[in-house]
Amino acid sequence: MADISEVWVYLSASPLMFLTLTLAAFQSGSWLYDRSGQKPFLNPVLTAVIAVVTLLTLSGTSYQTYFEGAQFVHFLLGPATVALAIPLYRQFERVRRSALALVASLLCGSLTAIGTAVGFGLLLGASRETLVSLAPKSATAPVAMGITEQLGGLPSLTAVLVILTGILGAILGPPLLSLIGIKDWRARGLALGTASHGIGTARALQAGELAGAFSGLAMGLNALATAILLPVLWRLFF
Amino acid sequence: MLSALTLILSCQLVGELVTRFLGLPVPGPVAGMVLLFVLLLVKGTVPKDVGAVADSLLRHLALLFVPAGVGVMAHLDLLGQDWLPITAALVGSTLATIAVTALVMSWLARPISTDNPEKENG
Repeated sequence: MADISEVWVYLSASPLMFLTLTLAAFQSGSWLYDRSGQKPFLNPVLTAVIAVVTLLTLSGTSYQTYFEGAQFVHFLLGPATVALAIPLYRQFERVRRSALALVASLLCGSLTAIGTAVGFGLLLGASRETLVSLAPKSATAPVAMGITEQLGGLPSLTAVLVILTGILGAILGPPLLSLIGIKDWRARGLALGTASHGIGTARALQAGELAGAFSGLAMGLNALATAILLPVLWRLFF
Repeated sequence: MLSALTLILSCQLVGELVTRFLGLPVPGPVAGMVLLFVLLLVKGTVPKDVGAVADSLLRHLALLFVPAGVGVMAHLDLLGQDWLPITAALVGSTLATIAVTALVMSWLARPISTDNPEKENG
């Protein structure tokens, strides 16, 4: 029988182990979420991330090593984003009929996202570098990181903040929307996609295709709006 | 199945190329989404296998964020001394953005009939 450490060395060099770990952690997270009666704070992305980070830390594995396996899952984000065209097409009639309201709400949401992130940060004494890195947090990661870099912040901090914003929105969004009495699936989807990009869209899609279509569209439009508005606003105020 | 996957990947590839060459401020996959959407408009229907591939990709969309989410572990020290303003800004701003967007949308959009078969757990 092979030595356990030899087996470990062999397995950790192949993508198989960390790919399997990622799927298993998410599967367990989803199971827990369903078993709990879908408690928002047991969001499967959150529990899977915590489980994987714990295991990696305990085994002394670096993120780079983990990502060599997990990149196969990560890669699918691109095609999945393209695939959002399908719910959008199927719901296009409803999107078209509310296009004006949609664009107006999106702009309000986009400005709120930027304004409140910077406002709360300023109020509580965040450094200038942190403020720049916070400002685009509701845009999808590649766009947000690009803006931060352009304005002199830390792109890697932005990447963390974008992910955390996504998870927060997926957890807090649906209960908040119910609390303030929003029953319209178009408004619910639009809000989740604007505030919490792809992770919000994943959450919206679970509620149905109508919410998912509006959310996916909001994610794309908010990336565009943030990329155009934020640099202008930043130079105006700072 | 294969042709549907090829179509989706091609849209992403063209999206990446177009955004890079024109310096557009959107990610390649988002441009790819727009391209696929335009192709569907031209065709006038979603081909069965394209719909099937898209649905299976999107059914587990949340899973696809786990590797990037784990990346937080490599950068947690960056949250460092500004953790309080950062936490307040993330929570406060996320809640405010969701509330404002949804409220404006539900004020402005004309109501639709609620006969769509959505689940009640959104």
